[in-house]
Amino acid sequence: MTNPGGAVASEETVSEEEDLVEEDLLVEEISIDGMCGVY
Amino acid sequence: MPSDHPRLIDQLKGGLDAPICLTWELTYGCNLACVHCLSSSGRRDPNELSTAEAKAVIDELRDLQVFYVNIGGGEPTIRSDFYELIDYSVAQGVGVKFSTNGSTINPARAARLAGSDYVDVQISIDGADEATNDAVRGVGSFAMARRAMDHLATAGFGPFKISVVVTRQNVAQLDAFADLADGYGAQLRLTRLRPSGRGADVWHELHPTNEQQVDLYRWLLDRPDVLTGDSFFHLSALGESLPGLNLCGAGRVVCLIDPVGDVYACPFVLHSEFKAGQVRDPGGFTRVWRQSPLFLSLREPTSAGACASCGSYDACQGGCMAAKFFTGLPLDGPDPECVKGYGEAALAGVAAGSAPSPGIGHSSPVTFRRR
Amino acid sequence: MFDSSTAYRLDPKVALRPEPFGALAYHYGSRRLTFLRSKLLADVVADLGDYESVDSALDQRVPAGQHRAYRQALASLATSEFICAV
Repeated sequence: MTNPGGAVASEETVSEEEDLVEEDLLVEEISIDGMCGVY
Repeated sequence: MPSDHPRLIDQLKGGLDAPICLTWELTYGCNLACVHCLSSSGRRDPNELSTAEAKAVIDELRDLQVFYVNIGGGEPTIRSDFYELIDYSVAQGVGVKFSTNGSTINPARAARLAGSDYVDVQISIDGADEATNDAVRGVGSFAMARRAMDHLATAGFGPFKISVVVTRQNVAQLDAFADLADGYGAQLRLTRLRPSGRGADVWHELHPTNEQQVDLYRWLLDRPDVLTGDSFFHLSALGESLPGLNLCGAGRVVCLIDPVGDVYACPFVLHSEFKAGQVRDPGGFTRVWRQSPLFLSLREPTSAGACASCGSYDACQGGCMAAKFFTGLPLDGPDPECVKGYGEAALAGVAAGSAPSPGIGHSSPVTFRRR
Repeated sequence: MFDSSTAYRLDPKVALRPEPFGALAYHYGSRRLTFLRSKLLADVVADLGDYESVDSALDQRVPAGQHRAYRQALASLATSEFICAV
C-alpha cells in the first residue's frame, strides 16, 4: 500500500533502532555484585 | 557508531586503572575455625598492617576513587581499630561492606552501624539450622550469627546480607535460606566453595555433586534477587546465563589485600603464584595494581586453551582460576566442576598429592572435633 | 517522567570516575554502578547542572546527530536516579 509518508516513517524507524542500539551502548548498568570477594 | 564502543565485558577483561572495588582481609585472627576457611584464619599475624598503615591504604583507595571496599578476614571486627578504620574509610569517601560471623554485633554496635549510610554488613552462615551450620563453623556459631541478625533487625539497620557457602550438606536448604533472609528483610548471597585455604582439605567431600549443581543453577535462575557475587558463572554453560558479569575479575577489576599488606589476584588464591606485590613497597597499592607483572598478564587476552573445542567456553570462560589451581588442574583447561564433565575427567589425571598446597596459613593449631 | 526541556544535575550521591572509555558512575545510596561509554557523555553528565535544561546542554555540547541517543541515555540515568531534576 502506497503511503506518501512511508519513506519518512521507515527512516525514523531505522534511526530509532540505531538510537536504541547506541543508547544501549552509551549507558550500561553493571552488576555491583558481579565479582568474587564482594560482600 | 557501534564499532567505536567495545563491549563492556572486553573493557573489563583488559583491566581498569583502578579497581571497581576490592576485598581487604583486615586480620587473620578469628574466634572461629570454619572447616573451609578460604584464608586459613585463626591466629593473628604479628606483621599485620598497623592502624596508620591501614589508613594509608585507605588514602590510596580514596585517591584511586575506589567506590567501596569489602572488608573481611578472619573476623575483621576483632581488630580493636575496626570501627576507627571503617569510620575513616567512610570519611574518605570509600564505602565499606564488611563480612562478619556476627560474634561482636551486640545491640550497641548494631545501633551504631544502623546510623551509617555507607556501611553494609554481611553475616556468614553455612546451614539453615544449627546442626548443619555448626558442623562447618563450630558449636555455637549459628546461635551467635542469629543473635547478630536479630540485633541488626531490632536496631533498624535495614537490609543486611546473609552469606552462605554452598556445600553438599546445605544445598538442600536453599529454600530455607531464602525464607530466613525474607524473614529479616535481608538479602541472601550464595557463594561457591573453592578448594582454597582450609577448603583444600574438605573440597572433595563438601563440593556439590553434579546433580546438585544443576539444581542450584535452576534455583538461581528462578531467583534473580539472590546474590552470588558472580560465583557460579561456570554454571552458565548449562543454558541461559546467570545474572552478573560472568567473568573472572581477578586482577582486572578486583583484587585482594591481605592482613600483612600482600596483594593477591583474589581472596581465593592466597598463594605465591598469585601474589602481585606488597602495599608497603614503594608506590604502594597503586603501583601494584597498575604495574605488577601478574596483573598485567591477567589483563592479557586469554585463549580457550583445552576448552577451545567446547561450544560452551563463551558462557563459562573456563570457570574459576582458584578452583583449577588448587585441584592441580591447568589454568587453560576445564574447571574441576565443569558442567559437561570435562573437569572431572581431567581430575582423574592429577597425581595424588600434586595439587599446589595453600599451606597451613594462620590456622589455629587447635583442631575442632567435627560431628 | 524525564523531561529534557528542564534542568537536571548529577545526583550528589553519585561519584563519577573517568575511565579511558568514558566513566564509571557509582551511586552511594542505591549502590548501583553504571558504565558510561563515552567521554563526552561523562563530561555532559558531570556538567549537566550548569545548563538551563538538558536540551540546552545537548545543543551546546553534543553533535546534533547524537542528540536522540544522548537524550535516551540521560533518560535512563534519570530512571536509575543518577541524575535528578533540579
